[in-house]
Amino acid sequence: MQVPILKQGPYLIATVQSALTDDDLKQLRDTLVDQISQVRARGVIVDVTALDVIDSFATRTLRDVAHMIRLRGAETVIVGIQPEVAFSMVKLGLTLEGVATTLDLEEGLRYLQRSGKRKVQEHEGRPHR
Amino acid sequence: MKGALIADELRVSIDSDSDIVSARQKGRELAAQCGFPSTELAVVATAISELARNIVRYAVRGEIVLRLIDNHGGKRGVEVIAADDGPGIPDLTLAMQDGYSTSGSLGLGLPGVRRLMDEFDIVSEFGKGTTVTVRKWKR
Ligand SMILES: Nc1ncnc2c1ncn2[C@@H]1O[C@H](COP(=O)(O)OP(=O)(O)OP(=O)(O)O)[C@@H](O)[C@H]1O
Ligand SMILES: [Mg+2]
Repeated sequence: MQVPILKQGPYLIATVQSALTDDDLKQLRDTLVDQISQVRARGVIVDVTALDVIDSFATRTLRDVAHMIRLRGAETVIVGIQPEVAFSMVKLGLTLEGVATTLDLEEGLRYLQRSGKRKVQEHEGRPHR
Repeated sequence: MKGALIADELRVSIDSDSDIVSARQKGRELAAQCGFPSTELAVVATAISELARNIVRYAVRGEIVLRLIDNHGGKRGVEVIAADDGPGIPDLTLAMQDGYSTSGSLGLGLPGVRRLMDEFDIVSEFGKGTTVTVRKWKR
């Protein structure tokens, strides 16, 4: 099951449509890391609203995605974790520490816009390349 | 699709990535038939996912048996048996600790499944295999 990835403005949006196998998750990770530099995107949104299970492997892979994207100079937001999925993750002991999450896609976009602005402010006064 | 329905028992053979997904989906369906609320469906499905992945990763192949059960007092629930003839676990106390992993993973699968489910039992013989039996009762 391939995850469609769309480019919207400076962002990549990956919308998970159905259950993913471990291989699908790895492929999603690799494709995102690959595409982020190809299209020079500033942020990535992974919409997991459709996932009814986020287990240890999925958590680890999502965490890896966020960290790899950060090393490539962009931001990642995981959006749409369902309440019952969040409940199971916490019971299992899984955390998405250091990874931005928002309620839905709209909030995710807003988050990326804000963090984009922060970056610009941080760089103000410095010469641009 | 692997797995045949024998009365209220469903057997799913596990030997690949995609079997992990089908086992947890079948477990979810069975729990839904039993009338579990959606939070508990996710709990059961997540537990199955962890147990099935352990089979694929450490024992290569095995089986997951899903059953609707009854405690003879009118209480219903689901039972999940994850069994394999793999290498077994030399030290169960260690394997049940949060963060213990021989594969560089998070080491949360087994202790996490114990937290997710109501009953947890593990039998493992070094060199012979592992059987994990868990239950969730409907409240
Ligand atoms: N079916 C099995 N056969 C053999 N060894 C197993 C089996 N299941 C678990 N183990 C052993 O027990 C250890 C702990 O398992 P557990 O599922 O808790 O963590 P993990 O699989 O290492 O990491 P995670 O599940 O968080 O990705 C494993 O690292 C492995 O050594
Ligand atoms: Mg595991």
